[in-house]
Amino acid sequence: MPVLWIVLVVLAIGLAGYVLGRQRALAGVGGDASHLHSLPAYYGYNGLLFAVVPAFLVMLVWLLVQPVYVENRVSALIPDSAISESSTRSLVMSDVRRVAEGLDAAVASGAMSGDFARDLRTDLTDVRARLGEIGVALGSDVSPEVLIAAQSYRATSGTLSMAMTLVVIGLALAGLATAYVRTTPEYRARNTVEAMLLALLMLASTIAILTTVGIVFSLIFETIHFFQKYPWQSFFFSLTWRPSFEGGSDLGLLPLLWGTLYISVIALLVSVPIGLFAAIYLSEYAGPKVRAAAKPMIEILAGIPTIVYGLFALITVGPLLRDYFAEPLGLGTSSSSVMTAGIVMGIMLIPFVSSLSDDIINAVPQAMRDGSLGLGATQSETIRQVIIPAALPGIVGAILLAASRAIGETMIVVLGAGAAAKIDLNPFEAMTTVTVKIVGQLTGDTDFSSPESLVAFALGMTLFVITLGLNVFALYIVRKYREQYE
Amino acid sequence: MTDLSAAPGAAGRAKTSSILEADARTRRRNAAEARFKLYGMLAVATGVLALILLLISILSNGLSSFRQTFVTFDVPLSAETLDPSGNRNPDEMSKVSTFGYSPLILNGLKEALSARGISVEEVPDADLANMISRAAAADLRDFVLANPQVVGETLSFEFLANGRIDGFFKGRVTYESAERDSNVTPGQLRVAEAMVAAGLMETRFNWGFITGPDASGQRPESAGLGVAILGSFYMMLVVLVLTLPIGVAASIYLEEFAPKNRFTDLIEVNISNLAAVPSIVFGILGLAVFINFAGLPQSAPIVGGLVLTLMTLPTIIIATRASLKSVPPSIRQAALGVGASKMQSVFHHVLPLAAPGILTGTIIGLAQALGETAPLLLIGMVAFVREYPEGLPQGLFDPASALPVQVYQWTQRSDPAFVERASGAIIVLLVFLVLMNAVAVLLRRRFERRW
Amino acid sequence: MNDMRLTERNVTSSEIKISARQVDVFYGETHAIKKVDVAIPDKTVTAFIGPSGCGKSTFLRCLNRMNDTIDGCRVTGDILLDGEDIYDKRVDPVQLRAKVGMVFQKPNPFPKSIYDNVAYGPRIHGLARGKQELDEIVEKSLRRAAIWDEVKDRLQAPGTGLSGGQQQRLCIARAVATSPEVLLMDEPCSALDPIATAQVEELIDELRERFSVVIVTHSMQQAARVSQKTAFFHLGELVEFGDTGQIFTTPKDPRTESYITGRIG
Repeated sequence: MPVLWIVLVVLAIGLAGYVLGRQRALAGVGGDASHLHSLPAYYGYNGLLFAVVPAFLVMLVWLLVQPVYVENRVSALIPDSAISESSTRSLVMSDVRRVAEGLDAAVASGAMSGDFARDLRTDLTDVRARLGEIGVALGSDVSPEVLIAAQSYRATSGTLSMAMTLVVIGLALAGLATAYVRTTPEYRARNTVEAMLLALLMLASTIAILTTVGIVFSLIFETIHFFQKYPWQSFFFSLTWRPSFEGGSDLGLLPLLWGTLYISVIALLVSVPIGLFAAIYLSEYAGPKVRAAAKPMIEILAGIPTIVYGLFALITVGPLLRDYFAEPLGLGTSSSSVMTAGIVMGIMLIPFVSSLSDDIINAVPQAMRDGSLGLGATQSETIRQVIIPAALPGIVGAILLAASRAIGETMIVVLGAGAAAKIDLNPFEAMTTVTVKIVGQLTGDTDFSSPESLVAFALGMTLFVITLGLNVFALYIVRKYREQYE
Repeated sequence: MTDLSAAPGAAGRAKTSSILEADARTRRRNAAEARFKLYGMLAVATGVLALILLLISILSNGLSSFRQTFVTFDVPLSAETLDPSGNRNPDEMSKVSTFGYSPLILNGLKEALSARGISVEEVPDADLANMISRAAAADLRDFVLANPQVVGETLSFEFLANGRIDGFFKGRVTYESAERDSNVTPGQLRVAEAMVAAGLMETRFNWGFITGPDASGQRPESAGLGVAILGSFYMMLVVLVLTLPIGVAASIYLEEFAPKNRFTDLIEVNISNLAAVPSIVFGILGLAVFINFAGLPQSAPIVGGLVLTLMTLPTIIIATRASLKSVPPSIRQAALGVGASKMQSVFHHVLPLAAPGILTGTIIGLAQALGETAPLLLIGMVAFVREYPEGLPQGLFDPASALPVQVYQWTQRSDPAFVERASGAIIVLLVFLVLMNAVAVLLRRRFERRW
Repeated sequence: MNDMRLTERNVTSSEIKISARQVDVFYGETHAIKKVDVAIPDKTVTAFIGPSGCGKSTFLRCLNRMNDTIDGCRVTGDILLDGEDIYDKRVDPVQLRAKVGMVFQKPNPFPKSIYDNVAYGPRIHGLARGKQELDEIVEKSLRRAAIWDEVKDRLQAPGTGLSGGQQQRLCIARAVATSPEVLLMDEPCSALDPIATAQVEELIDELRERFSVVIVTHSMQQAARVSQKTAFFHLGELVEFGDTGQIFTTPKDPRTESYITGRIG
């Protein structure tokens, strides 16, 4: 039974739970709700939650575990001899899945009967041709081992899915029955419902932890995978990046890191002075009218998607810099360059720096300003010598957050920085970054067993570690700073 | 009132100097003040200027993509070519490929030109045929197969002009550039001008750009955003359906119920860090967990929606918590005071009061998600998709594109007409964002409450 | 009221330092100060008293144009410092404030070292030619503010680490360091405990030798203890101005009497 149908059935049982629970509670007191412990609706919700929650939780876990279990079981069926020199077990398994899906599609479209698909033999039928007829294209002929594995895959999956349907619907019914039996006028339905609700709320809040765990695990596993195929020394210390899918790639992190940092530094050189001065001007000097007009305009910059900045870099800033700076100065002929990406990224970060600085400057108490102005300091002296030093930790935190943004930014560098990995000082030269290469190695047809693809996970891990470090440090500084004035 | 008595040294400044005239040091300090203020103004001006430049660049490049050059003329749908067996059976007629249709279009065009007295001597037939979009023959074939009874008639059709001809009317292609361009000749341009004069060709608003599917690199003129808009819409639906309940539930727990302990601290730290994790890392997560591990299909809106949900959750949780926090404790105490349980006080009183703030935060979170590109590249949304996904819920699992990804794809194609298309797609994207933000601002204005 | 030590005091100087004529202050639509005339003598402590919201602090802030920093505040009338109108267009408030220093209600040391706090004014006004001279100014100011002995061993420690009373005396030292001619104090003891208050009051009495001191206080006892001249403000008006002894013993206006005897306030 398709998952959607199971969901609907469980929901229907839940609805029945609501109606039955409410009815039974009311019936227990002869229809006079005031004799119940809780409002009648709570008895209904009690029935609903008992029926639905355990069933859905079990289903969720089942759906996550089943593919892994089937995979492992079926994978064990494939003898080592069936895996050729140039192939790997995971590649063979993906063939198995393709064949199994093909057989499913064939049965679903009526091109084969269920029994026929189960008893199919490679020596009797050209499986590839048969599947091709119904639109399932296979890359090669199907070996007997793969076919047997695929049939076992189908059988196990089918049995397990059937078992899941039974278990889930059974649980829903059992929940309904439990709730029904427990419903008496004295039953504290509200307390039970609220406790379950609280548990659900708590569950929702753990999703943040799950996401982090998910990120860390998805990065770690494949990174370990990568380092099993490629020496870590070369990854961290090699000065060349030259992937080639025929093997013998150089996958050095350093050129990418250099490009990333170079672009980020330029972006910060653009955004920090402009953002900081804009924040100072808007919070300390500008009249209400100017502030009301200019502040939202700068904030709009923050709401513009990065792909827009990327296109801006590609079609406007890049050619502009090339025609008016790089070529006349003889520094290069490429419109994508460190400078292009850096400047555009700087523009993107202006509102980020300015709104963070604005918050931080406004957190400096007015008494500080008064104290300084009362001594006869000019406003700029007050800002430079009292406000900025007082706000410095916060501003440093803001700059670190901006740096972490710059390092993790993708679309601007994909479109503005170029794809050539090199270590060069000329800012009008095209260079590339960690994020560009993650995109490059993971888009298109990728084979998840080659180091050329897996390197993207190691790059992602590097990126994650760097930005996480910066963020944790920056948030720590900012929080310390806030506490100081609270 | 005179500074003759001013003693140098520790006193430094004349004790009784007039305040009516600034001394040299004060003048210097005031100059520094003015300079500082000027830097501030320059910074603000730079920010505003950058915004204006950005918008001008996108608008000037992209506005023309909403207009397209169309060619209208009669095409004789010759029965011998299109339906050799003569029984108007679409199945048999489908054996005739687009190569069978192209000559018909060329003939129709030639006839229309000679009827208007436009000389085509300097333009060979192949070039003449090239003035019409490469998509024309396929479009015509689709039309004929859908309406087999029209075979044998001569009908007036409207075709897209080739991208270069279209570019000529938008100023992208000139006679000089045509000399150097292998895809267009000055002769074609002269014929095009004559066709405009004769009313055969016109440039006007093109709905196809907004509703049509993508097209291959050789036919920029027929590339549209339909699939991408639908894909983005599906993803936003997934994001909305998932983030709103989960985000609100998590916020209520953290803000109203959570005890202060290690576990909730851990959640807090996680949320603030996730908000700053680079978006591409979420793409890697999506690839590893949703596609490789859970086996969901590539390029599907469901996967994009899930990834964007995880990205948007921290934003929504932060916004929701802020608006829960702004509901004064007196409301909670009032509800508790009349015997409501804590859960009832939250769901009956606090949540409704915080709802406008939550909604505003959600819309802003959605707007962010709508423009997000990088993670979608990793989960295969860059695939070339021409088929519209099906209706819900099946469509969630069909391959689709997304607006920002469509922009990226078009930037990767060589034909310069795609630059115009990419900018046009950005305009569409920005219009959606402006609308969403306007709704958020209106909601905030309408329901903003000061306690 | 029994701790009032009312004595006839000598007003040591009769020279008028600041004179205000027909001063009105508006905050937007609010008329905060109405037609105030007052003459503040040099080398004297003048106290502004009155119930909360009567405008005494607002008027004080007019005297060194600190009100300029508040949006929507408008001042009309004349305020003369040594005969020069401080609201004249040519006047630079920065230069004015160097002459008319100010100490605030809450101690507000900068988040810098004690030394840097005191040296801040002299540095921005260029009062010292070298490190040594600056050291001298800092020491002298800290001595004048009667805090030198407590902090001389930790001049590089942050000013924010001092106790409340010490912080306020540090702020006074900071104000004194620019050698102003007038020192404005806006309820300088309201955030302090009684012992610190006594220290600051003692200090104010000493400062009188060199400066004209104007102090706003909501404590009548404090006004009686430290001032020679007293001005009573009520609802934005200056009700009565005269020698402190006279105001507290034989007020002319019934409103002053009501306030002194505790009926309004």
